[in-house]
Amino acid sequence: MSNPQQLRYSKEHEWLSVAEDGVSTVGITEHAANALGDVVFVQLPEVGDTVTAGETCGELESTKSVSDLYAPVTGEVVEANQDVVDNPALVNSAPFEGGWLFKVRVTEEPADLLSADEYTAFSAG
Amino acid sequence: MGRNDLARHALGDNRPMSTEPRLTALDALHRSLGATMTDFAGWDMPLRYGSERDEHNAVRTRAGLFDLSHMGEITVTGPEAAALLDHALVGNIGGVKAGRARYTMICRADGGILDDLIVYRLGDTEYMVVANASNAQVVLDALAERAEGFDAEVRDDRDGYALIAVQGPESSGVVKALTDADLDGLKYYAGLPGTVAGVPALIARTGYTGEDGFELFVKPSDAVELWQALTKAGEGVGLVPCGLSCRDTLRLEAGMPLYGHELSTSLTPFDAGLGRVVKFEKDGDFVGRTALQAAADRAASAPPRVLVGLVAEGRRVPRAGYAVVAGGEVIGEVTSGAPSPTLGKPIAMAYVDAAHAAPGTTGVGVDIRGTHEPYEVVALPFYRRQK
Repeated sequence: MSNPQQLRYSKEHEWLSVAEDGVSTVGITEHAANALGDVVFVQLPEVGDTVTAGETCGELESTKSVSDLYAPVTGEVVEANQDVVDNPALVNSAPFEGGWLFKVRVTEEPADLLSADEYTAFSAG
Repeated sequence: MGRNDLARHALGDNRPMSTEPRLTALDALHRSLGATMTDFAGWDMPLRYGSERDEHNAVRTRAGLFDLSHMGEITVTGPEAAALLDHALVGNIGGVKAGRARYTMICRADGGILDDLIVYRLGDTEYMVVANASNAQVVLDALAERAEGFDAEVRDDRDGYALIAVQGPESSGVVKALTDADLDGLKYYAGLPGTVAGVPALIARTGYTGEDGFELFVKPSDAVELWQALTKAGEGVGLVPCGLSCRDTLRLEAGMPLYGHELSTSLTPFDAGLGRVVKFEKDGDFVGRTALQAAADRAASAPPRVLVGLVAEGRRVPRAGYAVVAGGEVIGEVTSGAPSPTLGKPIAMAYVDAAHAAPGTTGVGVDIRGTHEPYEVVALPFYRRQK
């Protein structure tokens, strides 16, 4: 699975989709999901919460570890993926599709989000 | 994801910076299979090859292949080898017949556990003691010290063996395809020397998964050949390579203790509910006898804490060190926790105050990063295989 070209990426291994009507989707990359191992529990921000770029907004738990989920952008959460809450394995099987985590109405984007090629180089190093 | 290096965080890499990791004879092979490696007791070991849940389920329903070459083998030989082991360890080693093995422990004079062990009697005056990788040096030093005055020799054979395990309901079929040794006659906790896939091996019917299985002790130079032969022989039944991650969830479901979690120098075998390994009736003194007698009396009358199983009602995973709570008070501590693939829920082993230790006790929870999640107290083990 390669990193989809149309997405952008944070150095915390999240991806961000192109905004539609000001709303972007957020997930974690395949690289991140592989490092975690089988994801068994996901805690997402709630609808209506404000998330801030670079700050923690949830948790992903796997067999061996717990990792913080960071928001790649600032904005208001408009949807959280209930499918992933019910079936955390989606994060491993479809990290860029069915395993999406939440949708956010973006008010502020950091300047240092990476392109797919930049992220591929970053996560390989 | 976490600000720290992603891989280190997820894999718990805690290798001391100054030493190079030790590699097993199968290291290059694991990497070629795409294993995610981790440091364990100074060794680079495969943590998982793909999905650890799939590996776990393979062992429960088919068969799995493990590299356990990090375990520490110590050979004890001589006319008084049995007497030395009876003195140094808590079990009745003199009573073990040739070709049999025994699970036992080595304790300090104050009764604290130095390690849990399997001792194999290879011959009249020859024994192999297998220690955990993290304690092998401590066990070696203790045995060498306790050998003083006995006509016996203690030999560090860690570099002399690679160890490959085949575990799961299909394991006997897989190993049978590669050996003429009488596996049907090989009972649980027995071992016999033989040839597997053309290489000399000690074939032991032991394991740490709660399934039927074999542990094969071979020369390191034969390890790759044996692994590949087992892989081929197991293709038809869906044998897969398995790492340390599923090894931990398998043993946890089977209620088996792990040194550094359920066992430590602060605990006696009686504290861990394993007083059965201490044989007071054997002849002669043994290290820890007096302290352990007191521990036995305490366990019988008023045990302070008891090792129990906990099963989650939610999905959050309990981890070693998390507090067990009831009525707003801390009543115990988790020693091991993980999601259980077989039960489909998170499970844990924990030491809890005796008053809350009965299976079915209600009102017990685990403090998971600030939230008290409800847990059910159950008897161990969580899982028993069908015979």
